[in-house]
Amino acid sequence: MSDAIRFLLGGDVHTVKDVNPTMTVLDYVRQTLGRTGAKEGCREGDCGACTMVLGELRNGRVQYRAVNTCILFLPALDGKELVTVESLSAGDGSLHPVQQAMVDKHGSQCGFCTPGIVMALYELYLNDRTPDLDTVNDALAGNLCRCTGYGPIIAAAQSMGTYTSNDAEPNGAALKDIQRDRPLTITHESADTEQTFHYVAPQTLTDLHDLLEKSPKATILAGGTDVGLWVTKRLKDLNSIIDVTRVRELKQIIESKRDLTIGAGVTYTDLFAAIQSLHPSFGELVRRLGSVQVRNSGTMGGNIANGSPIGDSMPALIALGATLIVSSKNGTRELPIEDFFIAYGEQDLRPGEILERIRIPKPSASDKISVYKISKRFDQDISAACLAVRATIRQGTVADIRIGVGGLAAIPKRAPATEHALRGAALADLDIETACRALRNEFDPISDMRASAEYRLKATQSCLYKAYLEWTGESQALGVIGRDHAHG
Amino acid sequence: MRMDSSANPKIRGGVRQALTHDSAAKHVSGGAIYIDDMPEERGLLHLAFGKSEIANGKIVSMDLSQVRSSPGVELVLTADDIPGKNDVSPIAGDDLLFADKELSFVGQSLFVVAARERDLALKAAQRAEIVYASGEPALTIARASERGSVLEDPQVMERGNAPAALQHASHRLAGKLCIGGQDHFYLEGQVCHAIPDEDGGVLVHSSTQNPSEVQEIIARVLSIPSHAVAVEVRRMGGGFGGKETQPALLAAAAALVAVKAKRPARFRLDRDDDMIMTGKRHDFEAAYDVAFDESGSLMAADITLSSRCGCSADLSLAVNDRAMFHSDNAYYIPDVRITSHRFKTNTVSNTAFRGFGGPQGMMVIERIMDEIAMYLELDPIEVRRANFYGKSPRDVTPYHQKVEENVIGQIVQELTTSSDYVHRRDEIKAYNSENAFTKKGIALTPVKFGISFTARHLNQAGALIHLYKDGSVYLNHGGTEMGQGLFIKVAQVVAEEFQIDIDKIKISSTTTDKVPNSSPTAASAGSDLNGMAARDAATTLKARLIAFAAEKYDCAADLISFNDNQVLIGNNAVPFERLVEEAYFERVSLSATGFYRTPKIHYDRDTHSGHPFYYFGYGAAVSEVIIDTLTGEHRVLRTDILHDVGKSLNPAIDLGQIEGGFVQGMGWLTTEELYWDDRGELMTHAPSTYKIPVCSDRPAVFNMALWSKGRNPEETIYRSKAVGEPPLMLAISVFSALTDAVASVGAHRKMPMLDAPATPERVLMAVEEMRSLAAEAS
Repeated sequence: MSDAIRFLLGGDVHTVKDVNPTMTVLDYVRQTLGRTGAKEGCREGDCGACTMVLGELRNGRVQYRAVNTCILFLPALDGKELVTVESLSAGDGSLHPVQQAMVDKHGSQCGFCTPGIVMALYELYLNDRTPDLDTVNDALAGNLCRCTGYGPIIAAAQSMGTYTSNDAEPNGAALKDIQRDRPLTITHESADTEQTFHYVAPQTLTDLHDLLEKSPKATILAGGTDVGLWVTKRLKDLNSIIDVTRVRELKQIIESKRDLTIGAGVTYTDLFAAIQSLHPSFGELVRRLGSVQVRNSGTMGGNIANGSPIGDSMPALIALGATLIVSSKNGTRELPIEDFFIAYGEQDLRPGEILERIRIPKPSASDKISVYKISKRFDQDISAACLAVRATIRQGTVADIRIGVGGLAAIPKRAPATEHALRGAALADLDIETACRALRNEFDPISDMRASAEYRLKATQSCLYKAYLEWTGESQALGVIGRDHAHG
Repeated sequence: MRMDSSANPKIRGGVRQALTHDSAAKHVSGGAIYIDDMPEERGLLHLAFGKSEIANGKIVSMDLSQVRSSPGVELVLTADDIPGKNDVSPIAGDDLLFADKELSFVGQSLFVVAARERDLALKAAQRAEIVYASGEPALTIARASERGSVLEDPQVMERGNAPAALQHASHRLAGKLCIGGQDHFYLEGQVCHAIPDEDGGVLVHSSTQNPSEVQEIIARVLSIPSHAVAVEVRRMGGGFGGKETQPALLAAAAALVAVKAKRPARFRLDRDDDMIMTGKRHDFEAAYDVAFDESGSLMAADITLSSRCGCSADLSLAVNDRAMFHSDNAYYIPDVRITSHRFKTNTVSNTAFRGFGGPQGMMVIERIMDEIAMYLELDPIEVRRANFYGKSPRDVTPYHQKVEENVIGQIVQELTTSSDYVHRRDEIKAYNSENAFTKKGIALTPVKFGISFTARHLNQAGALIHLYKDGSVYLNHGGTEMGQGLFIKVAQVVAEEFQIDIDKIKISSTTTDKVPNSSPTAASAGSDLNGMAARDAATTLKARLIAFAAEKYDCAADLISFNDNQVLIGNNAVPFERLVEEAYFERVSLSATGFYRTPKIHYDRDTHSGHPFYYFGYGAAVSEVIIDTLTGEHRVLRTDILHDVGKSLNPAIDLGQIEGGFVQGMGWLTTEELYWDDRGELMTHAPSTYKIPVCSDRPAVFNMALWSKGRNPEETIYRSKAVGEPPLMLAISVFSALTDAVASVGAHRKMPMLDAPATPERVLMAVEEMRSLAAEAS
């Protein structure tokens, strides 16, 4: 029995039957619905030309979020409202404030990125009609434009609030009607390849554990910002998918006095506030991770579980002493995050197991947290190297220290020798040069298109040095090439 | 001839008005149709290339049986299936549609698969079983130089005797600079759609800047006359030079499939394939040896440019010529020699990219200016001023063209004041002395850019205008729209000529069956050429209408004029559409072609001398940057630009070109890094690895203005100037400011070895070099 995917489009329920569950939303909307406004610019979620907005029922309200549809599989639409660029103009052809502002400010040249930019701005418009420059830069970090130099688009974003809006009220009731209380299950036979595709989206952890036991080799799909590319770039056939984004237990954030526990299925957008409150420098890292569209889909659990050596969150989680709660039908175990990564592409996840939660201990008042990301481009880039430090400073001494490093090895790692060089040292006569040498000695990174081995080492040593300056209160002299200097 | 008209407020959309792009409302609502948005016809085939996995060598065997039997595959074609010539090159005959023997780069096309769905074609293409005999590839300039692998002999542009002058110099410096390439990263990748006709011909919608060339190449490959091939393009999703010659490869493959299968075929390259298979901006290595006096004024320069052209000629000879043409930028060099080496390498064939070699040439002389200033401990702006072209004899370029009506001095003067350069330079000095870890830098760089195709025959254009009985106007010309606003500018010219509202003018697709033998929309010349051609057509029609009206209304022709959607005939005012209808009934021809060719230009490539440029475009920029000396990360804090577009046809469009060009140039010189592995495989082939500027990279303070005194001294279309390419080179100010910031670490005692792009890594390495020099000195 195969379910139909149901979503709202222009106020009507749209039903899709018998479809390959790895068909992307973009391909469906362009080819089947004939709405060709959104474009494919990269097919990997890095240019934003395919941006559409999804409305989702959250606590009785409809929450709208921009997503990259070129790597989003069609079942993600189930139970949601889809807003495309064509949805924005009124029936008489009159333009939405976002669109009109883009026209009036000369925000389009070749026009190819424009529908995606309009939709990214539409999400912004729903949240903030008078955005400041930082807010606009964040909202558009995932949308590449090669023609305008962005100035006219920024001008449009900052004037869109001055137009009269005819936006209809969100239709929460209609969305409520298409929620389902049982897992969405799709089975599709491909006429071309004679392959069968199975997809299921359990809603409870129990169901998820049962499914994992039955199909331990199934592809686990969360936000799809990585798995999507297996299909669109590596052209893989994913014949069996378990989508964990609907599992309620995985979507919880639980805060206690001692720690913060984040469900593996929580998107970066939803965990940003909690992480920001944990520490601003970790928050800034999350802000620079991907783009709005990527953070709206991508999950921290997925970022960990796929084991990338350059995943942005791992060094900070290692430094903070995070643990992972991994579970299966047979029980639950908890392990330090650094032990989860065994080798490149190999994680400590046994058949039938799922990464369930990430537990992050809260820093104490004596903990100094520093998180640094080095990349070619400041926003929306994958890090060449990443360094995070939690130093417990008591009575002028480094009482304890944890260092997490990304980009210097085949897996995210702790830096035990460097930690050893610093642990117990008095700040007054701390030899940071020796610690920096220790950092260099314990890693042997590769040279690739993101950076040379030498630069990776030098830059992470510099980051450690910066952390030291923060402990000693000299960080004022440091300056930061980021937000602080963006306005001259 | 009234050339200097200012905006006429009586009509909507004449010249000088800041109209929005003609497709703006369609862009924002998703209604603008790009080629892949066209409805899919029944039986449509989707295509994919099979590609070479080696950079140099031979195919020993190629077994395509698995490809052919792959699900959804309808047709697979190789070199053996080409009825005409296996040649998709623009000039030299050295670009194959499908390689069949020798392989010359990773990603070279070997065969095409046609399948019912795009992904099925892509999957099938991976299933080829190919046995290669790999050779040692020459991937770099150094390796090609060792092998003597060149496209042609070194070219020398020379005036005076530079080697002799260098010998007698009081001050002399030598140095080197590497300048990286750049991917176009148009948001719409290469795409075309071919529809066979009943006579064995084909209509191809191609995202191309050069429809006539695509037409000719398809005819050559299919061995049919050009008249059997029509190529049409309504708009491109960006071009930047990357769609000047590159679209022919896809279009030829699609046309071949369409004609063979008698079915429509669509070919859209995946982003990764697009970046791997199509050419880019040439990377250069430059060396210089210069002599100068105490004021920093150049006495002689001996400049050597070496570029990586890739595996074939494409447009590389002209690109490298233009690099030579711009090695002087805005500066007079009394004795000068520019030597240019064009290396043939086992990498994708590099091609046109906004600036066409000019930016690379300009980078070298700007580095020289900075280095002289540092050597003499002068403000770089003083050294630049001391070297600007001036009055005779300081007005002759290395190619012997005189620089007439040079305005760079005035522009730089105004910009220096408006940007508060002098004061800010002092502030930066103070900042740098107070801050240990972050350093700032500032630089002002000028741009002088030659306008015209250096291939003389390309400086021509055609247009076609129909007047319909209801007074509506159909406009067509050989120029293509890639976002630069050409269509609206040319329509504004026609509105101005007829003095009618622009809404009455229909803007239409560029197509080879309306205007034949068109030149590529390139060299910044789109509005210069097509604006004039459209104006010529309008003038012809106006003359016919005037002659008709003079007779009908018995009025002297010189008392008839066009004004506010009317034709004034003596004391009568007749609505435009009524006169057109009356003319029709009197059997007046209401359709006309127009033609233009650029006057005054000539060039002798043997001696590299002549008058290759009709005029020059000018501009200048001041950029201020900050660097983190611990990590090399950097930001542009502020940019001020003053640019000369003559008398603007459309100020909004022109400002858009300036800002967009600047940011694109900034990307080229900072974050955009192309990286090949040692097998010759491009590793930066998608936006995840190749980083063009994003919104937050734009300088937070960005002041930009058109030069108010601008007016083209030549009789160009309404005295405007070309604007497409020159602003890209304003971004050299960013590179120069970064160099300045790095140099401050070494107290400006030595020129940092900073190459482009100035990634955080290169900046940090240059900073470290400054630090170790400072340590040695102390």
